[in-house]
Amino acid sequence: MAKKKTDTTTIEPLKFSGAWDYAPAPESTGHIKLEKRYGHFIDGKFVEPLSKKYFATYSPSTEEKLADVADGNAADVDAAVKAARKAYNGEWGKMPAAERGKYIYRIARLMQERSRELAVIESMDGGKPIRESRDVDVPLACAHFFYYAGWADKLDYVSPGRKPKSLGVAGQIIPWNFPLLMAAWKIAPALAAGNTVVLKPAETTPLTALKLAEIIRDAGLPAGVVNIVTGAGATGAAIVNHPGVDKVAFTGSTDVGKIIQKAIAGTNKKLTLELGGKAANIIFEDAALDQAVEGIVNGIFFNQGHVCCAGSRLFVQESVADEVIRKLKDRMQTLVVGDPLDKNTDIGAINSKEQLATINKYLKIGVNEGAEIYQPKCSVPSKGYWCKPTLFLNASQSHRIVQEEIFGPVLAVQTFRTIDEVIEKANNTPYGLSAGVWTDKGSKIFKVTQKLRAGVVWANTYNKFDPTSPFGGYKESGFGREGGLHGLLPYLKFD
Amino acid sequence: MPRLEVLKTYKMYIGGQFPRTESARYYALADKKGNVIANICLGSRKDFRNAVEAARKAFGDWSGKTAYNRSQVIYRIAEMMEGRKSQFVNELVLQGLTPAKAAAEVSQAIDLIVYYAGWADKYQQIYSSVNPVASKHFNFSFPEPTGVVSIIGPETPSLLGLVDAVIPCITGGNSCIVLASETQPLGAVTFAEVLATSDLPGGVINIITGTRKELLAQYASHMDVNAIVYYGTDKAEIKAVQENATLNVKRAIIRSGIGTPGPELINDTLETKTTWHPVGY
Repeated sequence: MAKKKTDTTTIEPLKFSGAWDYAPAPESTGHIKLEKRYGHFIDGKFVEPLSKKYFATYSPSTEEKLADVADGNAADVDAAVKAARKAYNGEWGKMPAAERGKYIYRIARLMQERSRELAVIESMDGGKPIRESRDVDVPLACAHFFYYAGWADKLDYVSPGRKPKSLGVAGQIIPWNFPLLMAAWKIAPALAAGNTVVLKPAETTPLTALKLAEIIRDAGLPAGVVNIVTGAGATGAAIVNHPGVDKVAFTGSTDVGKIIQKAIAGTNKKLTLELGGKAANIIFEDAALDQAVEGIVNGIFFNQGHVCCAGSRLFVQESVADEVIRKLKDRMQTLVVGDPLDKNTDIGAINSKEQLATINKYLKIGVNEGAEIYQPKCSVPSKGYWCKPTLFLNASQSHRIVQEEIFGPVLAVQTFRTIDEVIEKANNTPYGLSAGVWTDKGSKIFKVTQKLRAGVVWANTYNKFDPTSPFGGYKESGFGREGGLHGLLPYLKFD
Repeated sequence: MPRLEVLKTYKMYIGGQFPRTESARYYALADKKGNVIANICLGSRKDFRNAVEAARKAFGDWSGKTAYNRSQVIYRIAEMMEGRKSQFVNELVLQGLTPAKAAAEVSQAIDLIVYYAGWADKYQQIYSSVNPVASKHFNFSFPEPTGVVSIIGPETPSLLGLVDAVIPCITGGNSCIVLASETQPLGAVTFAEVLATSDLPGGVINIITGTRKELLAQYASHMDVNAIVYYGTDKAEIKAVQENATLNVKRAIIRSGIGTPGPELINDTLETKTTWHPVGY
């Protein structure tokens, strides 16, 4: 006798009435201090750019200008690299490791003390919900400094039997999706390993990095150990190509990563790349479906989907597909899209006008390719850059929305029948950064997590990060790891 | 009347088979006096592509074997090589080495294989970690093979260099395509015969003979190759390898020559995978 199946298709969607509306609960911006204009942070102080040029950084949620920041040119980068070299050959290079560690601890503590200010500015400048910047970005950034501080005088244990040495000056270029957290991921291990740093934040989100520069100055870190130069692609290229840079670390798109990898070909610069992704999030029929739906939402709508490891390809086992999609649509209807500073907001502003245009382009592509688009009924503010959380149902492997990284709150949904089929589909991408697996069967988890060609795999959870946990990709998602003991290796050489 | 000697045909090794080059071309290998020793296959780009296909096919099975099994297979390679020691020595001598040097190189090569056979089920513990995350998760990182690796082997020492290039790579579970020494290719071809009789699945190691000049770009640019290991010090070649590697973010590992044996050579073609498991629900 055939097993009786629940007919999930006829289940009525939940009715959402006004009971789901929350009263506004905006975080105050009164506590923060922003200058009208920021120079570069070079050799321990803020300096006017040699380029004499500035550009504005805007809030993507209000389109209001927040500050002007320096537009670094090759001369600015050169000054920063020289300051970093001087510090490396001087005080920082000669400092006992334990003292070096204590400076990093100080930075962690000062960041914790100013956490609220950092969180508010992060949400203003980048558009991410305050709930995330307050509970995820800033605490993790502090934790990263705290974790690596302790490594500074323990480097002999990184690879027992081999004597570690620092590299010199590290040039670091970070993206706009986790501005402060990425600065922490880059600076903390570099300093712990004994290097000095020239860091460039993304042009749309420079403010928290500049706040971090203030903290670094206030911590009394010797001049030139950390230099922060603001600017766009040309400034980044000047860092990558500077002959005084010994190591390049880049987080960003695969396209730019390839350009950087090519630019340093034939040089002795060491390189780590943390690039794009198109992660599979796989839901088996024996998963705890309500938890899985939360995981799907967290996987793709966290930080507006501006996450390299976002679970942007959903694979649902056919037998539960209707039920999962129904639940997912219901859950999406409850998501609050709007003011990043409102504590109830789930999905904030798209980081920039350009990124919104990219996402909208993919929405059109998806529709034209024949996938079925779904967006919940919700209002978005009239000013600012917004994208409703979006599903594409009935997507197929060959669709561009399945193959290409969109970097927005857009989820392509496919179904599967067997484990082998879903592993094949999940791995059928040039990327290999992350993946998710949802099932209550332990042995199945281990089979699938082992077969997925990805650097980070979340089983029955998604988008979790920790300073002790190595992060990084396979294939075209880059190489090198950030976090944990593994995260020190890109900043050390051994005899 | 003396018996007529049977001469050996030197062929390539792809997918566990011994094909001639599809291009049907050859180059003549001469000894010091200029006498032709053998006609060597002048491998083509198409041969390389076929080898990549074979390596990709072999990767799943080889990387999925237990570490203990991989260890035994690699040890078996050493056993098979030991049995053919004199042949390897003769060939090195034929290619210009003194008998003493040739014997030393062969012994060293065999011992190096035994050394890495021992690593096959040990490097994992060296490079893995349980990560004390500040949340209710069990989180650990462990190494996995990078995938298909192309290798431009060293010119000399031709046999020891070949072993230094391919054995750490397959110890880590990768499959590979190696370009043999152009000037001393005989050992590589005989090594293929050792592999074919040593339980190593076909396609795990593929050996192409030919010239760097013709094949270097293809080795570095092929889109289904995950990493390239280059032996040499030629600055232009290194730059070309690194540039071509960018096409698919290939890991480019540059070695100036054979180095100190160690797990680091295995680690060169490993990835780190981190998995998170919730604790408590």
